[in-house]
Amino acid sequence: MKRRDGEEIVTGSAQFLDDLKFRNLLSGKVLRSPHAHARIKSIDKSKAEALPGVKAVVTWQDIPDWRGGTPRNVRVLDKKVRYVGDAVALVAAESDRIAEEAMRMIEVEYEVLPAVFDMDAALKSDAPLLYENLTSNILPGGTPIYGPKCLKGIVHGDIEKAFDEADVVCEGTAGFENIPNALPPEPPGAIAIWEPPDKATLYGTSQAPYMDKVSLYHVFNRELDIRCIGHHVGGSFGTKIMCWQVQAYAIILARATGCPVKVMFSKEEHMTSFTLRVGSRIQAKIGLKKDGTITGIQGTWFVDSGYYSFTTQCQVAVGLAEFMLFAQCPHWDLKTNVVATNRNASGATRGFGGQELNSSFMPILSLGMEKAGLDPLEVIKKNFVKPGGGYFWRNGEWYDYRGIDFSKTMDRGAERFGWKNKWKGWLQPASVNGRLRRGVGVGIHGNADIGEDTAEAYVQLGFQGRATIFLCAVEHGTGQKTNYTRLAAEVLGIPPERVTMTPADTLVTPFEFGPVGSRGTYAIGSAVIRAAEDARRQLLEMAATRLGVPPEDLDTENGVVFVRNHPEKKVRWSAMGIDRTILGYGRFEEDFTMCNCFMSFVEIEADTETGKTRLVRVVNATDIGQIIDPPGLENQMNACWGSAGIDGALMEETILDRTTGNILNANLVDYCWRPFSEIPEVENVVLETPFPSTRFHAVGIAEITNAPGPAAVLMAASNAIGRWLFQYPVTPDRLLKALENKGKRE
Amino acid sequence: MAATNRIRLIVNNRTYELYRGTGPGQVSPSDTLAFTLRETLGLTGTKISCAQGACGACTVIIDRKAVLSCGILTVECDGKEITTIEGLRDPKTGGLDPLQQAFIDHNAFQCGYCTPGMIMTSRALLDENPHPSEEEIKEALSGNFCRCVSHYHVLKAVKSVAEERG
Repeated sequence: MKRRDGEEIVTGSAQFLDDLKFRNLLSGKVLRSPHAHARIKSIDKSKAEALPGVKAVVTWQDIPDWRGGTPRNVRVLDKKVRYVGDAVALVAAESDRIAEEAMRMIEVEYEVLPAVFDMDAALKSDAPLLYENLTSNILPGGTPIYGPKCLKGIVHGDIEKAFDEADVVCEGTAGFENIPNALPPEPPGAIAIWEPPDKATLYGTSQAPYMDKVSLYHVFNRELDIRCIGHHVGGSFGTKIMCWQVQAYAIILARATGCPVKVMFSKEEHMTSFTLRVGSRIQAKIGLKKDGTITGIQGTWFVDSGYYSFTTQCQVAVGLAEFMLFAQCPHWDLKTNVVATNRNASGATRGFGGQELNSSFMPILSLGMEKAGLDPLEVIKKNFVKPGGGYFWRNGEWYDYRGIDFSKTMDRGAERFGWKNKWKGWLQPASVNGRLRRGVGVGIHGNADIGEDTAEAYVQLGFQGRATIFLCAVEHGTGQKTNYTRLAAEVLGIPPERVTMTPADTLVTPFEFGPVGSRGTYAIGSAVIRAAEDARRQLLEMAATRLGVPPEDLDTENGVVFVRNHPEKKVRWSAMGIDRTILGYGRFEEDFTMCNCFMSFVEIEADTETGKTRLVRVVNATDIGQIIDPPGLENQMNACWGSAGIDGALMEETILDRTTGNILNANLVDYCWRPFSEIPEVENVVLETPFPSTRFHAVGIAEITNAPGPAAVLMAASNAIGRWLFQYPVTPDRLLKALENKGKRE
Repeated sequence: MAATNRIRLIVNNRTYELYRGTGPGQVSPSDTLAFTLRETLGLTGTKISCAQGACGACTVIIDRKAVLSCGILTVECDGKEITTIEGLRDPKTGGLDPLQQAFIDHNAFQCGYCTPGMIMTSRALLDENPHPSEEEIKEALSGNFCRCVSHYHVLKAVKSVAEERG
């Protein structure tokens, strides 16, 4: 099973955004604020504009009130800056060098304002406000995208009853606030071509070109018609679904100059001015029974969104919903607050709220499990959603679960890992070898977003016995474009080589939301399958009139339609004539009644002398329904530690100077990442219990392979050293400090 | 060597004579090799990611060694023989380099952005040490940043070529 774009990738001919060539392409650059919070008193751009080779300098004064965000209060360029790195002016010039020189010639006078660099400061009653139209730094909850009942908290059952019924009650506050960056290798960027009076063509790094068209339509006051074209994406991990700012800059500069303009973020901009993971902190009180049943959860979940939100309320809704899959408890009283702070904004990232909440909650639950003497594996098994269960999903609607029971997956994973032998109880190491102590931990995550949002596809059949899929999908690493051709081929009974796919181009393809939430297999796959089925139906109907039999009696293989019981009675696809095409249409409507499930068992070795930790071994377990792409699945499961997964608990963090708002490690030297020489042993257990999804009974998994790891690591490291660790990541200094606090809790 | 107004690069067995200067198609003293390859010569297979020598995406081979092309100036490469990902095919048959084929066969990539750098680093390793151990392969690739985690499949791919040639 090889990727169709394999040869392009290995020969360097695969085209990513920065590889595209255009005549008269200008370089677009962004002048950024050195202050975390300031009012722009004046901008003098005259010297920059006079520099030969400069084609345009655009500030907030030059453009209409174009806005994005939830609520829509973030101007593309504003007279106020709200983080170190906020956009102040846009420059288009004949070369990068001229644009950079021009930026140095723009004179900006700021009135510096007091700033808030964490949620505590932002929530004080006298805190400076980021948005004057809001009464506090708490952003309005909910998002219109998820409808009027968008999940903003979970209130269910009777929380007081939960604590009466519990054998053990535990309380605490814990967070996942280290902002590990998923950090795809290709930085975000966009190329725009302007066509007066109101059209633009956009080439981007986003993995969701159709949604770019929709988002930008609203940003530009519903006045522009934007055609979005996608191509190879150099990694996204959920982040690049939200490229609206860089895209808006390119469009504005193309409009100002009449030339194509490319804005490509540098790695530093990527790490300081492209959206980050949300910060998460939960105050929680949990009731637990001796048999492992969670009776109730009460508390408040605080989510740091940085200087604005676009998807944070979405992440709150999805995070809460995923939390209900994790803990099927009867009583809930969980509130949420989305908080704005003067750092770069948070945005979409794989894990999408759920990973952050899971990572924050598990350390508190661990205290309860210790108190009740419970094995975490048993608690996970007891509380994870099962047939007969149900949950609120992101839109606030209740869903009765119709998916599979994952208990067998959990057992098989535990067996492979050797959990029974390695688990010695809370704060107990699995083994000790002098100063080296090993501990184990386990985590779980599930997501019903495998069926999120709408997908549409066309499948066109041609006289040569070939098919074309019209789908707005780009290849961002999962190999799904190859897989879609296989799905369509199987429905149509032709070899996959005879199926091609259009480029992702909103002028050509129908709507598709984009590959997020592991929806590629069930949601997008369904649209492709249905479009192929619709095309096949039309083909058989056409052949039926030729062969004089009802279409139900027909089948097709290899470009030939034949009577099932008389295969000698047949007609080739070419009988449709060279002057005809058959076009099938497929649509998928969102379905939240099933979820996927991913477990990670980890073994950590801690050096009690140096404080260094080593990820020794990971065993992942999932049930995927049916494996469609074995090596692709293995790659994605191996990725449990990459792009800010498990390593977000061990070494990865964005270091924000909480006195100035500067990010101190915005480069690949200072940002810690795992080199090839330190890769851990990873084993993957995959079960195939058919899901009631598509005719192929499969679901996706990629998004959440990062999610359960961080909590498992904190658990394992705590067990290794016999002290509770509550902060991510487990750096050597934190580990040594915990060891010093003998007998005390961190 | 006396300074001339031209720079000679031998890239993928083809010789380019480029003028020093700041105009289009010329080599400025501050141009990195990565920039010249991509923007001046149009060889965009070489990728730029961190642009400061930390991620290996821009790796090319110069005089049989893996070199980060974002961290070397083009003017330093005068007279050098440079191989990029575009130059790995067999010049006679046009066939893929065995490493390129192994990367396809072992699905040793996901998004593919780091892949040219991974392959060039591996090529330089195998040219120098045709039978590396697993540890030697990992060590050689430890400067290559892959975010999708294709590491395990890359190892299989490189090992398969190392073994075949044994």
